[in-house]
Amino acid sequence: MPVAKRIIPCLDVNKGRVVKGINFKELKDAGNPVILAKRYSEEGADELVFLDITAAEEHREIMKNIVKKVASVINIPFTVGGGIKKLEDARNILLSGADRVSINTAAVINPGLIQELMSIFGRQCIVVALDVSRNYGKGGKNIFSKDGKKYWFEIKTYGGKKSTLIDAIEWAKKVERLGAGEILLTSIDTDGTENGYDIELLNAICNRINIPVIASGGCGSKKDILKVFEKTQVDAALAASLFHFKKASLSEVKEYLYKNNILIRL
Amino acid sequence: MIRIAIFDYGAGNIFSLESSLKRNGANVLIIDDFNDVMENFDGLVLPGVGNFDPALLSVNKCKKKFLNYIEKNIPILGICLGMEMLFEKSEEGNLEGLKIIKGEVVSLPKSLIKIPHIGWNNLEIVKEKSKLFEGIPNNSWVYFVHSYYTVPEETNIITARSNYGISIPACIEKNNIFCTQFHPEKSSEIGERMMKNFIKICTQSK
Repeated sequence: MPVAKRIIPCLDVNKGRVVKGINFKELKDAGNPVILAKRYSEEGADELVFLDITAAEEHREIMKNIVKKVASVINIPFTVGGGIKKLEDARNILLSGADRVSINTAAVINPGLIQELMSIFGRQCIVVALDVSRNYGKGGKNIFSKDGKKYWFEIKTYGGKKSTLIDAIEWAKKVERLGAGEILLTSIDTDGTENGYDIELLNAICNRINIPVIASGGCGSKKDILKVFEKTQVDAALAASLFHFKKASLSEVKEYLYKNNILIRL
Repeated sequence: MIRIAIFDYGAGNIFSLESSLKRNGANVLIIDDFNDVMENFDGLVLPGVGNFDPALLSVNKCKKKFLNYIEKNIPILGICLGMEMLFEKSEEGNLEGLKIIKGEVVSLPKSLIKIPHIGWNNLEIVKEKSKLFEGIPNNSWVYFVHSYYTVPEETNIITARSNYGISIPACIEKNNIFCTQFHPEKSSEIGERMMKNFIKICTQSK
């Protein structure tokens, strides 16, 4: 199937600036979102993701303005998430120029929101973001083990802070049924570590659903991206610090993947 | 200056489309009816965001005027859902389509592939001479995001195809109606070129 694997720079936005954290903490400034978006678009990004990580009511207008400015300067698709709680929030973001909205905590609290958004905007507009970490306690349905330790994958909400006791695999199947068009799957365990994507988690989810998956959390080099495409069925790889701090350029990453027989848009 | 109208179903992002048309030199008008403005634009775009039934409801409010407009043979660009709406019916909805193109809209095969079809796929150009493809090399990458595809009765209106498990019509062209299953406004430089080509078609038909 000749659909190219997508490379997606992710821009975490805090009060109008791009920032990058480690394991969802310790924020570092990484630049102006509109300037970065334009640069990435021109350098060959296949798509962009913006996450409003504070998503406080008082910052809503800032995000709306950023979305408008970004939409007027780039010609590739982009997704916006962070703090979308209801239909009106999604509508505001989409009408400002985003192609898709990503919902996370709000979907866990009210799964009906996925269905509601899907029936108005269409399935392809709805990305459901899953923040997942290993839970070594009881409660999960799908149990994994490594080095003699048993664990399961748990959905976290509120930026990774809150435990839900929801099994990520069961949740992924449910959001697919409710009308999600894609899953943005972030491993909290690997996020910001730059040691590579969470292959085990990605496979656990990808093998059980039939909608596209974006891999997120842990990318530190072009080799990590190659590995995630070779070892899993994900459709796209998301990376932040790799590009923000210029450890690798988009064209360098894409040429490397192309040489290693990954189907890529050059 | 060339004036192009975008029909707004009220269900999603038309700002990117508007920006793209403006960047490529058009004056843009956003409409949700055809009152009085009918004589005032040179081309119409049916955007590709939303769901089949709600989008048709918004067009059905002014369907008669819309059909009159088609008869005038002013260039129309139907993108994704804007392409699907022109058919007789769709598996996405219960309402009748606009029946401007014979055929139907069906779901991508669920057993075969991941749905929606999201991402960059190759454009296999069937009719090189289409004015929409001027300067567009065969096998260019274009951006798709859809779960349904069109099955036109007359296959000779298909001008380009793409393969996603099965071969699907990527572009169709009938009289002055141009349709793309992908999103030219999201397809980087190739898409910009296609928008320019559409604007040029509108200029020439003026």
